[in-house]
Formats: sequence, structure tokens, C-alpha cells
Amino acid sequence: MIEIKDLYKSFGKQEVLRGVNLVIQEGQVTAIIGRSGGGKSVLLKHIVGLLKPDRGSIFIKGEDITKLKGNKLDQIRSQIGVVFQGGALFDSMTVYENVAFPLREKTKLDKNIIHEAVLKSLHDVGLDGMEYKYPAELSGGMRKRVALARALIGKPKIILFDEPTTGLDPILVRSIHKLIKNTQKQYGFTGLIISHEIPEIFEISDTVALLHEGTIVEVGTPQEIQESENIIVKKFIMGIE
Amino acid sequence: MKSIFRYLGNNVLNLFVFLGKMFLFLMEIFYYLLIPPFRFKNLLKQIRFFGNKSMIVVVFTGAFSGMVLALQGFYALNKFGAEALLGPVVALSLIRELGPVLCALMVTGRAGSAITAEIGIMKITEQIDALTVMAVNPMKYVVVPNILAGIITFPLLTAIFDLIGIYGGYLVSVHALGLSEGTYFAQMELYVDMEDIRIGLYKALSFGLLVSWICTFMGYNAGYGARGVSKATTNAVVLSSVVILLWDYMLGAFLL
Repeated sequence: MIEIKDLYKSFGKQEVLRGVNLVIQEGQVTAIIGRSGGGKSVLLKHIVGLLKPDRGSIFIKGEDITKLKGNKLDQIRSQIGVVFQGGALFDSMTVYENVAFPLREKTKLDKNIIHEAVLKSLHDVGLDGMEYKYPAELSGGMRKRVALARALIGKPKIILFDEPTTGLDPILVRSIHKLIKNTQKQYGFTGLIISHEIPEIFEISDTVALLHEGTIVEVGTPQEIQESENIIVKKFIMGIE
Repeated sequence: MKSIFRYLGNNVLNLFVFLGKMFLFLMEIFYYLLIPPFRFKNLLKQIRFFGNKSMIVVVFTGAFSGMVLALQGFYALNKFGAEALLGPVVALSLIRELGPVLCALMVTGRAGSAITAEIGIMKITEQIDALTVMAVNPMKYVVVPNILAGIITFPLLTAIFDLIGIYGGYLVSVHALGLSEGTYFAQMELYVDMEDIRIGLYKALSFGLLVSWICTFMGYNAGYGARGVSKATTNAVVLSSVVILLWDYMLGAFLL
């Protein structure tokens, strides 16, 4: 469903992506793992068109989004939900308004239908009764759940997670991972998770890719990755420099 | 010697890049001003934000400006025996010059800085990116309402500033300095034309555009972290203040 071909990106003299090639299968959860500062978030930003590559292509449903602009790019974006690292919730809005935002802005749905959708979305992420809180009143884990509820409400075909468990304790990490897996089963979206939660990420991924120094060095099932003989993969999993 | 030229050249080039970016940002604003959907709700929210943030400070500054103008004006006019002209001196100084300039400086410090900080925080916490990926144009959603709110509220706040200032001047002139009430207002009516009021409001309108343009630009281009936002906020206030004074002189000397 998403095909990344030979993607290059530099910021000044710093080469961040050096020919990334990856296919993300439809209806699956793919995890991109790798060290901090290795270009994982930069890669994710290319997939939603927030950054333009120096060269290379990203095909989503056959359309090269690196060449798209304006309405055409927005059409592709409307099929993608993003859960940002810090949640990226709008501080000035309540949880309810945050979750309702995509429907209020991009659809002409009736108020009552939006209301039902918001309550359902919040219920699916386990946040019943939190509608009128502000993001500042929520814990880190709750904020990530609200961000997921906001991403889910438009029923996108693809959801990208940018380090969804950063800064959470191990129990919350598992709880957020479980939530991602359950909602993925329920909604059937294609999931792409940027993470360095080893080994927890293996439990919820169908495919794992290791991004190292701007290139994908290994792709496989969680088991294949864990049993890989590739020295870079082994070192990363074992946490050795 | 070579390094001095390199340093100067580098700074001049950076200045041109900065000005170019600001100009393109303004062009983008004008473009999105004309393209629907028009976000009236956001506009009203921002008008309220400007007014709410600045009203008290405008009232206080206006009152004391008028009072001090009357005090100093009386001292100067008294030397020529022309105290009767105190009303027009206070009114003309406020309406043509001090009202728009001081009001713009105060609103910059109060609401302009808050706008830069808010947009800057939206940027570093990826809220701007979140809008973009939800296919909501952040320029239209965040920047344009602030620009329009600036253009609308600056003249209104300036008018309030002028009125309060004239009343402050009246309190000092009549109740403290013993000038007759009739003289204060009658002379004012005689010497202040609609043209003076028009000039003052045009100035306020242009300051509204300049301040909201600079403050939104700085916020939108804030660097990373708390330091980036604080630097953007300081720069927005300093640059806005300098530009207000510079533009005021240029308007006075060449245009109005």
C-alpha cells in the first residue's frame, strides 16, 4: 500500500536519509525501529508530505505523493491519520473539541452524528468521561490516547505513529501498544509505528524494519528480526553500541 | 580585514533572506485572505483576544498620556500666554501621533507577544503539522484571522486610547490647572479636523497590519524548544516596536 523508493534527504550538509526502500503492506502493522536521530521521524514526515525529499518517491495507492500539491495532496492526507510524538493536541481546545476537530473541519456531518462519533472514539481508547478536560489536565498516556482517538475518528486507511510511547512507563507502554493492536483489529487500518521500544514493539508488529544511518538494513517479521545474523540488527536489539 | 567583509557580507545576505521570507509570508497571507473558506469564528475569537488582552493597558496608557500632555502642554503654552490652546494641543498630539503609536506599542507588548508565543508553541509541539496533515491549512486557520483581527482592532483600540487620553487631559486641564471646560473643548472643535482623525486611524490600521504580520511571522518561524519561542517573542516585540516608529516617521514625512 505504501511504497518508499530510493528516498534521499539532507539538511544542510547532514545526510539523514540515504536511499530508503521499504514496502508497507496493507492492513498490517509495520514498525520502523532504529536509534534516536537516525531519521525515523523524518521518514514519517515524508509519508504525509510535511517534508519533500531531495530525490526518490513515495507511492500511496499508486500516487507519488512527493509530486503532489494542494488539493490532491490533501485528498491523500485525508486518508491518513497521524499520532504525533507529544500528541500535538490543540491546547486551547477540550478533549472533545480536539477529537471532533477533523470531522468539524473536513466534513459537513450533523452535530449529533459528530457527537456520537466523538463519544465512540473516546470509548474505544478508554477515555469515557474525559470529554471536557483540557490537554494540560491529562497525563502523558491519556494525551496519547486522545491523539489516537483524534486519528481514528475520520476512519483513515493508514495511521502513522511517531514514537507513541516515548516518555511513558513500561506499564503504559504495554497499554498503549495493546490499544494500537486492538484498534487496528477493530478499524482495520494500515499502521506504521516509529519506535525504539525493544522488545515490546515485536509483540504488536507484523513487520519490522531497522533504519540505520539513513537506510533500511533489515526487514522481516518480528521473529526474523530477533533471529537475524546481521550485526547491526543484533547490536541494536541487544543495546550495544 | 577579509573576515570583517565576510562577516558583513554574511549578515547582509541573511538580512535579505529574512526580508524575502517575510515578503513571501505576506504574499501568502494576501492570497489566503481571498480564498474561501473564511473562518469568521476564528476571526471573532482573535478580535476578542486582541481586545481582551489590550483593553486595560490601552485605557491606562491613554489616560496618563493625555494627563501628562496636558501638564507639559500647559507649562509650555503658559510661557506664551496661549493656555487656551491646550485642548487642541492635547487632542491633535493624541489623534495624529501619540494615540496610534503608543497604542500600537502597548498592543504589541500585550497581544502581539502572546500571539508570537502561541504560534511558536503550536509549531514546536507539532500542532501546526497536525493541522497540515488533517488537510487544514495552518496559514488560513491560524495566521489569517490574526492579521484581520490586527487590522480591525488597532483602529478601534486607538480610538479608545484617543478618547480616554482627551478625557485625561480634560481632568488635568480643568480640574487641576483651572482651565475652563468651554475653552478646552471649544478650541478643540475649532482646530481638530476630520482629516486629523482620518490620518490617525489610517496609521493605526497600517500598524495593525505590520504588528500582526511581524508577530505571526516570528511565531511561525520560531526555533526549537522554549529558547526558540522566547527568542521569537523578544524579536517580534523589538522588531514591531522599531518598525512602528520607523513607519510612523515615513507616513508623517512622505505620505500623510
